[in-house]
Amino acid sequence: MTKKKVKSPLTTEQKINRRTFLSFGVFGAAVAGGVFGWKWLYNSPDEVTAITGGTRVPLRRALNKTEIAVRRLFYSEKHLVKTYPKSMAAKNVRQNSDVGVESPIDLAAWKLQVTKGNGEKLLIGLEDIKALPKTEIIFDFKCVEGWDQIQYWGGLSFVDFIKHFNLDTETKMDYVGMETPDKLYYVGLDMDSALHPQTLLAYEMNDKPVPLNHGAPLRLIIPVKYGVKNLKRIGSISFSNQRPRDYWAELGYDYFLGL
Amino acid sequence: MLIYWADDEYKIKLFGHTYFVFFPEWFYKFFHITHRLQEGMAFHFLFMWFFILNGVFYVIYTIISGEWRELVPQKKSFKEAWLVLLHDLHIRKMAPPQKKYNAAQRIAYTAIIVMGIGSVITGLAIYKPVQCYYLTWICGGYHFARILHFVLTLGYVFFFVIHIVQVFLAGWKNFSSVITGFEVVNNKPKPIIEKGHDEEKS
Repeated sequence: MTKKKVKSPLTTEQKINRRTFLSFGVFGAAVAGGVFGWKWLYNSPDEVTAITGGTRVPLRRALNKTEIAVRRLFYSEKHLVKTYPKSMAAKNVRQNSDVGVESPIDLAAWKLQVTKGNGEKLLIGLEDIKALPKTEIIFDFKCVEGWDQIQYWGGLSFVDFIKHFNLDTETKMDYVGMETPDKLYYVGLDMDSALHPQTLLAYEMNDKPVPLNHGAPLRLIIPVKYGVKNLKRIGSISFSNQRPRDYWAELGYDYFLGL
Repeated sequence: MLIYWADDEYKIKLFGHTYFVFFPEWFYKFFHITHRLQEGMAFHFLFMWFFILNGVFYVIYTIISGEWRELVPQKKSFKEAWLVLLHDLHIRKMAPPQKKYNAAQRIAYTAIIVMGIGSVITGLAIYKPVQCYYLTWICGGYHFARILHFVLTLGYVFFFVIHIVQVFLAGWKNFSSVITGFEVVNNKPKPIIEKGHDEEKS
């Protein structure tokens, strides 16, 4: 015969001790989890620089996942950036960076090089672009550094450009890459954003030709992206299913930077 | 904080005169945060998820457990909170009677939830100002939404400092009750004078 041990009911004192012990145990575990979690994250290694670089591996994963999830949730090409009257446009248009536009350039000889999906190359002169219908936009240009400014740009909308030069097949691909003629500055864009109706190949700023420091003769204006994606002085455009190289993504920024 | 690095916009300026610079040069040097915007952004866009989830779970818990009744300000709270403040500053001797949380706490703990919701809304408004244009519009435009988002952050710092100071002032017993959910109060049994008293109780 085995005698079952009967547990005597806990005294109040025991109950208090037990609950206190459990509560502080959980609290301590949470604090330790927080401290070690942070240490793990802070000390996690940087990614190997390829298309993206300069960011801790878990943070990069979070950036990519977040951007894609949020885009799936909110993105629509019907969402247009807010536009303003011309009178509100800045006279002194802010310029932040010279990368890619410092090399000497012969504007008269400049041609836009477009690489098609089959490898065929098109060379397009500025006059061919200017001959097409002009689209203008006055919008709030937003910099990843925190400033924003209402600016006035004019040029050929990217959608019109695609249609006119028969690049519809290329738009089935996932990405557009653009580079400056000296290849020192370059951006990658997801196709949806590139085909947004307000994306422009701009040749005018404040009703005058784009000045050299703002990306003459032709620059990208893409209001659904931060300023860093608005490449100055476009030299070449290509299409791809892999993410094209991107100057600031290699230096630790999010690849997409969509707005 | 790294996210505020790159463009030094964070100052209070009126009529062309700068009154206050939030992040002067020494601040950047002291914390080694020059040229780390991309790092700050990467952390920001991961921790925003913890911020949101934490808030959501907390609010759900207070609703299910019924704790919200102890936390939401009552009509009298706004008047009483002033008295609590005077008491805490040792200007007034007596604090108004309270249940679990005093009037000032009720206001503060509810305000922080409202602020949290505000941070999520203004955050989305400046994170995706084109896609969430309606939120940006509600927040008074992109530029103003950025200011709101920043001011709310200052609010958290203010809340945090007061909160920690109060925890220290309230002492270990109070802190312990925060963790365990109860506080042991040993009332010394009063000597019974009349026997009839006992019968009344039962």
